Amino acid sequence: MEWETVIGLEVHAQLATKTKIFSGAAIAYGAAPNTQACAIDLGLPGVLPVLNKACVSMAIKFGLSTQCAIAPRSVFARKNYFYPDLPKGYQISQFELPIVHGGKLDVQQEDGSIKTIGITRAHLEEDAGKSLHEDFHGMSGIDFNRTGTPLLEIVSEPDMRCAKEAVAYLKALHALVTYLEICDGNMQEGSFRCDANVSVRPKGQKEFGTRTETKNVNSFRFVERAINYEVERQIQVLESGGTINQETLLFDAAKGETRPMRSKEEANDYRYFPDPDLLPVIIEQQQIDSIQQTMPELPWEKQHRFQQQYGLSQYDANVLISNKALSEYFETTLEQTDSDAKLVANWIMGDLAAFLNKNNLSIEESPVSAENLAGLIKRISDNTISGKIAKTVFEAMWQGEGDADTVIEKHGLKQITDDSAIVAIIDQVIAESPQQLEQYRAGKDKLFGYFVGQVMKKTQGKANPKQVNELLRKKL
Amino acid sequence: MSAITPDEVAKVAHLARIAMSDDKLSEYTQSLSSTLELVQQMQQVDTKGVTPMAHPLDTIQPQRSDHVTEGDFSKAINQMAPKIEANLFLVPQVIE
Repeated sequence: MEWETVIGLEVHAQLATKTKIFSGAAIAYGAAPNTQACAIDLGLPGVLPVLNKACVSMAIKFGLSTQCAIAPRSVFARKNYFYPDLPKGYQISQFELPIVHGGKLDVQQEDGSIKTIGITRAHLEEDAGKSLHEDFHGMSGIDFNRTGTPLLEIVSEPDMRCAKEAVAYLKALHALVTYLEICDGNMQEGSFRCDANVSVRPKGQKEFGTRTETKNVNSFRFVERAINYEVERQIQVLESGGTINQETLLFDAAKGETRPMRSKEEANDYRYFPDPDLLPVIIEQQQIDSIQQTMPELPWEKQHRFQQQYGLSQYDANVLISNKALSEYFETTLEQTDSDAKLVANWIMGDLAAFLNKNNLSIEESPVSAENLAGLIKRISDNTISGKIAKTVFEAMWQGEGDADTVIEKHGLKQITDDSAIVAIIDQVIAESPQQLEQYRAGKDKLFGYFVGQVMKKTQGKANPKQVNELLRKKL
Repeated sequence: MSAITPDEVAKVAHLARIAMSDDKLSEYTQSLSSTLELVQQMQQVDTKGVTPMAHPLDTIQPQRSDHVTEGDFSKAINQMAPKIEANLFLVPQVIE
């Protein structure tokens, strides 16, 4: 039977505020355990939560960028459950009246086509604490620093039909929240995490199949793997006559498989009700208008500009804008060279990306700054070095040997462009290779490459290849 | 028929992590039922077109500016915990 996959994603984006959603406690990452948990976060008797205004503004920003409706009145609710890292016994969230709802995001797919993914809603809520299970003699250690950290939970429509579409949506959303500067997007630190709702149904069937929810997947690669694993599992179960249980799963990245979350086996029954400690949030049109005035350039706007202004292909522009820092690196580099944008894009998407990948570094951590890369590209453009030697220079710059000019000077990598110097070497090579010369002249054309190779070898690759070719043809 | 069954009371008690003996279960079923019957009466009222009330106070949520106003209270809060190690609260193990 042919199956169709249906995927919806719930993304928790940690809002880039200084303080918590309902208290003035700091949310700096990596602070010593329980040093950023105050009485409100811990739900001690007699405390009263007060909403952080920045969270409301950020939610509005997100809503505006995804053409969502901004609720003039939204309400906080208590989601009740017991877990050691939830000190109050409930999480403050939004249920019936979320702050924004009913929008969409246009997502560029690998083949360049656009697929529109519906945004059901986005609501404000607080994060829970963290449980640590290692080294506590059979007990768990609880750190409440994360308790009360503001999250925007962004819920998509079940509009995606394969793991690749889901990842494309997730990447587009990631780019969007970082462009909006409402989330730092750091997936390793858990600032941007994803729950995947996955079901399958026979192709052509209208009703959805029973779905499972895979929780807290924290990398694009894992999302793709988790979804593919889950789709395969569900199809196998159904084809062997079984049924899918609606359950919550965890993705085990080491084993590459999903498994049920034991603690959530009981049917979730959160008994939501409006939080009596918090009043309805009222948003005036005036506030929305003033936030609209401050909206930054959005990823798709930047992509369009890169294509128009720099003549980049849709593909190149999409890669460069996928990450705000990367797009800025590109523009900074380009501004400082007179070269064409394509050469700059190729260096960033080629050698630089490869080095960053290999060393598991982000663009912000690149040892080669945009200024230094620009310096290198300038020397390619003005023929000081060849494209091939440039790779050697780049490597030296990566190793911290200084800027391009310093490296070129230090290693004597300047390109030989003087005809007479090249001719002198060619003469030398010809004199040393009488046999090959005879064969070449007898019609063995392939040997031309041998002569080019010898000249390049003698010049340590520094001769301008184009000139070598031309001069050799004359000489031979 | 009572407004809530003993099974439902047992389930709510379980969700709230409240241990309940059988005597107590029937006692609570009765008293909760009488309260819920009042609610049932109120549900007869036609509320079409009435905005659900989220709060009895007719006022709106004040918002604070995003400034750090709290500090490190770990010394004080640690004193409330039965067991602390490495500044973490220790609890019976929860493993996923």
